[in-house]
Amino acid sequence: MQSVSTLERVLRGIAITVIILFFMFPILWIFLMSFQTNETILRVPPSIFFEPTLVNYKALISGRLEGSTATLEIAFMSNLYNSLFLSVTSVTVGLLLGVPAAYAFARLKFRGSEDIAFTLLSFRFAPPLLVLLPLTIYFQQIGLADTYVGLIWVYQLIVLPLILWIVRGYFEDIPADIEYAYRIAGHGFWATFRRIALPLAGPGIAAAGLLAFIFAWNNFIFALVLASADKQPVTVGALAFITASGINYGQIAAGIILSIAPTFALALYAQRYLVEGLSLGAVKG
Amino acid sequence: MSEVMLKLDRVDKFYGLIDHGVHAVRDISMEVKQGDIVALLGSSGCGKTSTLRMVAGFEPVSRGSISINGREIHHLPPVKRNVAMAFEGYSLYPTVTVRDNIAFALKSGNLPATEVARKVENVAEMLEISNILDRYATSISGGQQQRASLARALIRDADLHLLDEPMGQLEPQLRTLLRGRIKSYIKERGLTAILVTHDQTEANALADKIAVMEDGELQQYASPDEIKEAPANLFTGTFVGEPPMNVFPATVTIADAMVTLEMADGLVLTYPANAFPNDLLARLVELQQITLGVRPYSVKRSEKGAPAVIVANQWLGDQTHIAASFAGSALVLVEHDRTHLSVGDRIAVNLEPSDLHVFNPATGMAVSHGTELVG
Repeated sequence: MQSVSTLERVLRGIAITVIILFFMFPILWIFLMSFQTNETILRVPPSIFFEPTLVNYKALISGRLEGSTATLEIAFMSNLYNSLFLSVTSVTVGLLLGVPAAYAFARLKFRGSEDIAFTLLSFRFAPPLLVLLPLTIYFQQIGLADTYVGLIWVYQLIVLPLILWIVRGYFEDIPADIEYAYRIAGHGFWATFRRIALPLAGPGIAAAGLLAFIFAWNNFIFALVLASADKQPVTVGALAFITASGINYGQIAAGIILSIAPTFALALYAQRYLVEGLSLGAVKG
Repeated sequence: MSEVMLKLDRVDKFYGLIDHGVHAVRDISMEVKQGDIVALLGSSGCGKTSTLRMVAGFEPVSRGSISINGREIHHLPPVKRNVAMAFEGYSLYPTVTVRDNIAFALKSGNLPATEVARKVENVAEMLEISNILDRYATSISGGQQQRASLARALIRDADLHLLDEPMGQLEPQLRTLLRGRIKSYIKERGLTAILVTHDQTEANALADKIAVMEDGELQQYASPDEIKEAPANLFTGTFVGEPPMNVFPATVTIADAMVTLEMADGLVLTYPANAFPNDLLARLVELQQITLGVRPYSVKRSEKGAPAVIVANQWLGDQTHIAASFAGSALVLVEHDRTHLSVGDRIAVNLEPSDLHVFNPATGMAVSHGTELVG
């Protein structure tokens, strides 16, 4: 039995190593690329040994991209700021709208509630490009094209269903009698929502918020179509690295590292909530 | 102490559309006097918890009205009804200690902190949970949570205390001890309580009056003794009592100053007609077909009597339950001593006229208890 269990351990170790390598290798390679110049990146055969340089990061932070033939001004830091602003604001708006809605769907069974909840979820099924064409025309007509408000509104298509369905599952997991006990002890509906339901669903709300932030941060297509250069997030801004004079892989790699850093840090910090939030809320919903 | 605290007037509850959804509570009317303990007794799904939750304000009333202290409250939110409730699922706040859970209801009032602490200690001592007051609800057992939930309800100074299966999770010994204490606690303070239970012993021990419910309908609302001695219908007769009442169909004939009850398998019971009052005899003649009921405790073995054959004999530690084949059905009798009857043994049983309950088989309603005609 002992030999089988050892063999099992070894096989499991190998499997885990292979999986980690498979997923982590591109990120590791990009990380290494970000400290190299185009020459060392493009040498044949490639090697993991090189002399590290911070030139790519300096170029991004200063906003001056050195091409092989010319210098290009890019607004990478401003894109980063846009990403942060759009994601934080969208998630805040999503939480303000989605959490009370999730509570209503979980607690108040009214006619058509399931249909409405499903309709909101179905926003996630629609291909973004299908939505974008009519949306662009309407946004131009009502003056919302190329505005932060317009972008945050459209981002709700991404964050709202996510928040709604995860948090709803959490609210459903809280026994309604705990809230009734509080209400019968002399408290109103809103006080019960704020002091009992919200704190008990806290981990779920945190998980939904984090996940929504990551989805909002990674969005590309909505901002590509609806925002001009000064409002573009980092996902769209990265297109500027592809220039007529060539592609500076080192700077692209540094840009990727900088742009995934916030979500990566957030995910690492809150991975416990994320796993809980997804396994409890989403499955239940 | 005789004023009406709670009044239910023709209350209906439908889940779903009125007149189309599930009809959980059907046209219930009852009054609970100030200082009384009333038990809603019935099997699962009989509508007792729905009734309680309508009184608490957690379920809307489909039809009818509910008043507390003469004030109609069925349209008010729970916060405005001044009722306290112990929940079947405990429903303690998981983020605070047991002490805070219990004290919570008092903190929203204007009592000084020392008074709150004293009251919490008192009720906790009564319910044997003083040792867990500083623990969190998630770290204590189900029985302890149930007592904490009960304490949280009992400590409040409310018009009405609603207790939903308040002792379901407790061990039998503790249950027996606490029944007495809870009753004294409620009575000493003059509280009015509605208790939902499916446990007859609990209802009998605690309640001044029992409301027996089945299929959403109130079957009988009376004192425990009355329900046992004079069940209003066949359901109450067979539901209340452990072991349940024995029932047999019978045909009545009266001739030559004798009342004859013909039962299945050719069994005939005869009684002198003068053992029954004339009005009851007239009613029996009118009915002809009856359902005869007799409590297991009232069945006596005797030298001369109707024959029965033993099919089971169980000694339960303090009493014997004997099942016998009788009139094509099973007759259960209870004796307080250990008996050494074996399966297949023949015995003779005596059913005294004063122990008989007669029901109308068509309506299920009681016709007579002993020798007294109902109504």
